[in-house]
Amino acid sequence: MEGLSVGAAFLTLAPLALIFAFLLIRGASSVNLSFFTQLPKPVGEPGGGMANAIVGSLILIGMAACGGLPLGILGGIYMAESRDRRLPHAVRFLADVLNGVPSIVIGIFAYTIVVLPMRRFSALAGGVALGIIMLPIVLRTTEEMVRLVPASLREAALALGIPEWKMLLRIVLPAARAGIITGVMVAVARIAGETAPLLFTAFGNRFWQHGLDQPIAALPLQIFSYAISPFDDWHRQAWAGALILIAAIFLATLVVRFVTKGRYQGVR
Amino acid sequence: MPEVALPRLDHASRRHRHWGDHVFRLLARCAALSLLGLVVTLVLVMGRAALPSMRAFGWRFLVTSTWDPVAEVFGVLPLIYGTIVSSMLALLLAVPLGLGAAIFLAELAPFWIRPPIAFLIELLAAVPSVVYGLWGIFVLAPFLRDWIQPTLGASLGFLPLFQGPPYGIGMLAAGVILAIMILPFIVAVSREVLLAVPNTQREAALALGATRWEATHVAVLRYGKSGLIGAILLGLGRAIGETMAVTMVIGNRPEISLSLFAPGYTMASMIANEFTEATSDLYLSALIEVGLLLFVVTVVVNALARLLVWSVGGPVQRGRE
Repeated sequence: MEGLSVGAAFLTLAPLALIFAFLLIRGASSVNLSFFTQLPKPVGEPGGGMANAIVGSLILIGMAACGGLPLGILGGIYMAESRDRRLPHAVRFLADVLNGVPSIVIGIFAYTIVVLPMRRFSALAGGVALGIIMLPIVLRTTEEMVRLVPASLREAALALGIPEWKMLLRIVLPAARAGIITGVMVAVARIAGETAPLLFTAFGNRFWQHGLDQPIAALPLQIFSYAISPFDDWHRQAWAGALILIAAIFLATLVVRFVTKGRYQGVR
Repeated sequence: MPEVALPRLDHASRRHRHWGDHVFRLLARCAALSLLGLVVTLVLVMGRAALPSMRAFGWRFLVTSTWDPVAEVFGVLPLIYGTIVSSMLALLLAVPLGLGAAIFLAELAPFWIRPPIAFLIELLAAVPSVVYGLWGIFVLAPFLRDWIQPTLGASLGFLPLFQGPPYGIGMLAAGVILAIMILPFIVAVSREVLLAVPNTQREAALALGATRWEATHVAVLRYGKSGLIGAILLGLGRAIGETMAVTMVIGNRPEISLSLFAPGYTMASMIANEFTEATSDLYLSALIEVGLLLFVVTVVVNALARLLVWSVGGPVQRGRE
């Protein structure tokens, strides 16, 4: 019986090893400088890269963070500090609800509130969708990290006569800074790989975009459209793009794990 | 002279907060309320957009099988069937493996090996859906097509489950990919549930002469049963909403078929495939209604799961999922 359990644990890890192995085998040879610097070539021509997709993903993450970070961090501070009775519970519950909503449904929501009024697909809509996905993650981690700041720190500040808002912004927040940053990185790692909400908000673009109200390319979108295409060259590029995407996400996850190891025991 | 708000000793000092406090409290409360507003707006906006389809089809939407954009007749029974079958298959594969791995991590493994293995299993959760789909199309599907499906068809082909040509792509591939994707969640939550079981239970069983497996089985698993069911439900909630990997390997055929080898369709993958192709308002409204259905189902499953997980040893804080 115990052997079964051990076997189960290692069988669980097998797909991870397989996926990473195949990504390296099929994708590593296609990752070169032109992959990072060139635009996609027209269908049928070999070569080309995913420069616009990589930059597009970064732009979308930046836009998502513009909305998601301030709201999430402020909201997290509210949740940790407020003495209201019912609102924090409601917000906590709804944050968990929002976390569990499939990302494609959030894409539909962003479509109806941004794409339909603007009458075009845009980077803005994609940023809104990703920001909505990011918000509950940042909010909950900020709340947990702010709670971890010792009460003695706050009491010392208040005893010195510092107003509460200054105490929160200048003393508590910097004390929780490392944890909040890791929470943000977890959220960014999550939205970097999201494809479904971008399918009909950012829509994808084979060229550089000329403004945030235009469709924009994103790395997961490009991987998706190349993977389901009938061209071998595009398949090769899809593997390369996937390798880069996973490398970035794993790097972020590793850094988060390394920073929080031992400092915030039992809290994720 | 630094800004200091000296507390006044003759009144309740609460009344004389710094003006900055009021501003900050307002801002923070608005930020938290924005989340509330977001969820409420989501339900209202999607409900309103789905209303034309709901009015046109009513309950027939959920129980008929015709999906005909040209004649504008929409019924999603094959989608519901596909979502349920692929999720159930994923659970069938992932639950034994996940529980086994969780028992290993929580009970049996030497302490030094637990953190690295737990970390590696969490890495599985960090892999984006689209990468799973890519791997599924080019690695898993050919493997199923060339090795697994012919073997299953030859040995168990009398069952309607394993009949039909081995495409590789199809319900079986979707189930396997979903199983891999929900494994880390089942392992993580089950492990925390098992760790929350008080040690006295294990010690009591061991004191009565149980072997290690018997102690785990009788004392720990039974005590944490509701929490483990909650973990399974959480995995189900994830599987239902999973879009990209399923879209890439399920074959996209909106028909009900008993065989696992056949292509199928799920609610999420239909939205992904057809949303940008919707040619009429009613078509779009029908797709949004599918999205609303997906939303309701996942919220219910997740809420139930959380309730069950909390019932074992207090709230289990999950900052990630």
